[in-house]
Amino acid sequence: MTTTQHAYRPGPVRDRHRASVAARDQRPGALRRWSVRAPLLPALVFTILFTQLPFVGTLVVSFMEWNSLFPNERGFTGLSNYAKVLADTELRHTIVFTVQLTATVVVASMVLGLGLALLVNERFVGRGVVRSLLVLPFLVVPVAGALFWKHAILNPTYGLMNGTITAIWRVLGLDSPPQPDLLSTAPLLGIALSLIWRWTPFMMLILLAGLQSRPPEVMEAAAVDGAGAWTSFRYMTLPHMRRYLELGGLFGSIYLVQEFDAIFMLTAGGLGTTNLPYAVYKTFYLANDYGLASALGVVVVAGTFVIAMFTLRVLLSLFKDSAR
Amino acid sequence: MSAFTMTTGRGSPRRSPRGAARRSVVTGVAAWVAALVFVAPILWMVLTALHSETDAASNPPAIFAPLTLDGFRAFFGGSGISPWPPLLNSLTASVLSVLLVLVLAFPAAFALSIRPVEKWRDVMFFFLTTKMLPIVAALLPLYLFAKTVGALDNIFMLAVFYTVMNIPIAVWMLQSFLTEVPRELMEAAQLDGARVLTILRRVILPVASPGIAATALICFIFSWNDLLFARVLTGTIANTAPVFLTGFVSSQGLFLATVSAGALAVSLPVIAVGVAAQDRLVQGLTFGAVK
Repeated sequence: MTTTQHAYRPGPVRDRHRASVAARDQRPGALRRWSVRAPLLPALVFTILFTQLPFVGTLVVSFMEWNSLFPNERGFTGLSNYAKVLADTELRHTIVFTVQLTATVVVASMVLGLGLALLVNERFVGRGVVRSLLVLPFLVVPVAGALFWKHAILNPTYGLMNGTITAIWRVLGLDSPPQPDLLSTAPLLGIALSLIWRWTPFMMLILLAGLQSRPPEVMEAAAVDGAGAWTSFRYMTLPHMRRYLELGGLFGSIYLVQEFDAIFMLTAGGLGTTNLPYAVYKTFYLANDYGLASALGVVVVAGTFVIAMFTLRVLLSLFKDSAR
Repeated sequence: MSAFTMTTGRGSPRRSPRGAARRSVVTGVAAWVAALVFVAPILWMVLTALHSETDAASNPPAIFAPLTLDGFRAFFGGSGISPWPPLLNSLTASVLSVLLVLVLAFPAAFALSIRPVEKWRDVMFFFLTTKMLPIVAALLPLYLFAKTVGALDNIFMLAVFYTVMNIPIAVWMLQSFLTEVPRELMEAAQLDGARVLTILRRVILPVASPGIAATALICFIFSWNDLLFARVLTGTIANTAPVFLTGFVSSQGLFLATVSAGALAVSLPVIAVGVAAQDRLVQGLTFGAVK
């Protein structure tokens, strides 16, 4: 992390402050340094103990044959668990499905979120209420939401979706309304719908914060100069929003790659809808294959690592700006 | 600002006041319609919870069916298992972990903002990277650890894991709030001879307390929402409300009103807390990148 220190020197305000607080402390150097560090240590030690160590554990177990049902066959087997992940068509599909689900939900909720943010950013009657209402889907407990979507919305016979279709068909005087069973015929779509509903508010809030941080003078100047709505959106809003779109996409991806609740509730991984976290859960908790589950866990980390690197880059640049 | 010069010279007249008013009506209607579409599932949840089981399962939906509290009665006191112990477990684990998080994260945030350690930025980003490590990647060792120390199906173990899960977010949020405390105030107090603890109590806490409250609320939501940890680490004694919800649907019979009542009852604390903290919600989820 040498680049970090190099790129971001503490601002003058912070330096002056640090000097003034430290100046009163007359204790010798090493003691003083440790008295400054002391408050940090409990949280740091705790975090290392419960996040870094377990991950090392997972890494070690991923090279082992270890099924708790066969305790006598425990031992190191090299890369065989990873070979199994790559050779097993079902597990390979798990990786593909994770990418599909994450990409579908992130893109759709970002597009919808941008639309909603643009609407809510305007002035109209009841704007505050609308904003609060739009946040609500994000506040339903994920399992509760998934449970409700499965039975009360997507159920083919009495769900709200098909019920609404029936009602519309009746109003139009048509017979035999279509009654799709999304979770059986298009499970990806069914799961994605419930997740898009949940994550669109998140994207909207991020993008709304972006819209509201546009410099008003510049937007006004553009209007005075006769820039139309589309022109100022294309050349001023979008470039300004780039960073917020990146943040929404990256954080959305980080959280959605880890999605577990919706899969667990809606399909229990059936019909090819097992994503990586659910596969880890299944392999470890239901099949007791600790070695294979750990190898899958390492694959999840490798995938997240790529997204995380981009996220860190964006965050570092933001952090740098705000620290100045 | 090359983009800026590109837009000049395109001569469209400024919008008239009347045009602006009409536009605001159109946006208003569109926004309200969108909001209703997004809230419809929640409204439907409320309505279904208040319907009888027969009305709840009708197609097309029986919107104007008579209201009843039977769904809630069935959920809380029906023939099945009572949801109160799991709800109480959720509350215990969440509140306990929030307290632990604050006790650990506040001093850390102090050492990363007001009286910063050297390389404090590296420490901040270390906390951040731990949050980006997917939970599933640490699940098995944590499970084995809990099993070894005999703490499976134990609500305190769960609270400890929730604490780990929330520390990075709490450190980042608290750090940003403490950075906002005006330096002049602290310096003035220092010149008056106040000690660190006095400055903390008299100067920092009053200014940072809304931020601390928001941090606590957001950590509460994440703990309350968790399914994965609770599912793997608890059984019949320490199971939380989300775990209870996963096991309570029987595949037969009419249960839609009860399901809706249950989903609503379990979500209500989060909705209440979330509405209170909604301005800080995204700040927490994006590690302060979006304010």
